[in-house]
Amino acid sequence: MDEVRIIEIKKSIFEDNDKDADALRAELRKKGVFLLNLMSSPGSGKTTTLIKTINALKNEINIAVMEADIDSDVDAVKIKDATGVQSIQLHTGGMCHLDAEMTRQGLNGLDLSNTDLVILENVGNLVCPAEFDTGASKNCMILSVPEGHDKPLKYPLMFSICDLVLINKMDVAPYFDFDLMKCKEYIKMRNPNAVVIPICAKTGDGIDKFATWLKNNITQQKEGK
Amino acid sequence: MHELGVVFHCIKQIKDIAQENNVTKINSVTIEIGEVSTVIPYYFEDCWNWAIKKEDLLADSKLNIEVIPAVTHCEACLQDYPTVAHGKICPHCGSENTYLLKGNEIYIKEIEAIDNR
Repeated sequence: MDEVRIIEIKKSIFEDNDKDADALRAELRKKGVFLLNLMSSPGSGKTTTLIKTINALKNEINIAVMEADIDSDVDAVKIKDATGVQSIQLHTGGMCHLDAEMTRQGLNGLDLSNTDLVILENVGNLVCPAEFDTGASKNCMILSVPEGHDKPLKYPLMFSICDLVLINKMDVAPYFDFDLMKCKEYIKMRNPNAVVIPICAKTGDGIDKFATWLKNNITQQKEGK
Repeated sequence: MHELGVVFHCIKQIKDIAQENNVTKINSVTIEIGEVSTVIPYYFEDCWNWAIKKEDLLADSKLNIEVIPAVTHCEACLQDYPTVAHGKICPHCGSENTYLLKGNEIYIKEIEAIDNR
């Protein structure tokens, strides 16, 4: 006869991923690798921002890039051609985000022996990547001017988990009635600790500030702070 | 929006739990979904029904979803209020100094296993 038994679990669905992520973060710290999880909407200028930033930094630090997309390898090829740094493409198999296990698999495809900084360009999406901890040392997102200054109100979780918010395409702000002060205020409402840097990847404005933020954070991690 | 990913994570955890408890067949699974968790029960169920077809352990199992109401606490007047109706601003005193007490969680509450005797 079949017998039915109830097993009480009461466990968060994200618990396993959170554990994997913490383990990965600790391993990377030991290896002296700083992993930046870069998130944004599609079309906010992630790849252009990366190319400018990597070219500004590559003589000082060793950088590798993991591009996560549902399909294609256009971004990984673009990064490699424009910067010459190690760059690989991860396919998420239709998934809207990367989790810690997928990130670990991606890192296994890189030579980390001399690498100081790995940048993970997450799937373009302001919702799902915020839910899944990748194991990154720090989270960064790009909000671009055409998306509007009210986005922190609409995607609260994304803004609340980011250590750094880059506001890109500042050169077109006047055409979109983009209010930088309001945007900063909304970001601080969601996350009082977030650092906000306005940039323009096209002209290179503000890229030096982003590069400095990266250098400081990499040094701090290496010094165990 | 990302219900399928959440469902895959959920199934993976259930498979681990089943192995630990020597379970080979599951009759039902109860999931608790917070009202402001970004997972919509209706979509979750759709993804679930599609995903379990490939899992012997869970094929034909029933999914029960319990919604956890979202509650926000006000640090100014120390009262609680329903989050969905009032958002971040306390309806009692108008303060914005509030935080979410519950309602953004997604839990596997329990599973009902069938044991062959």
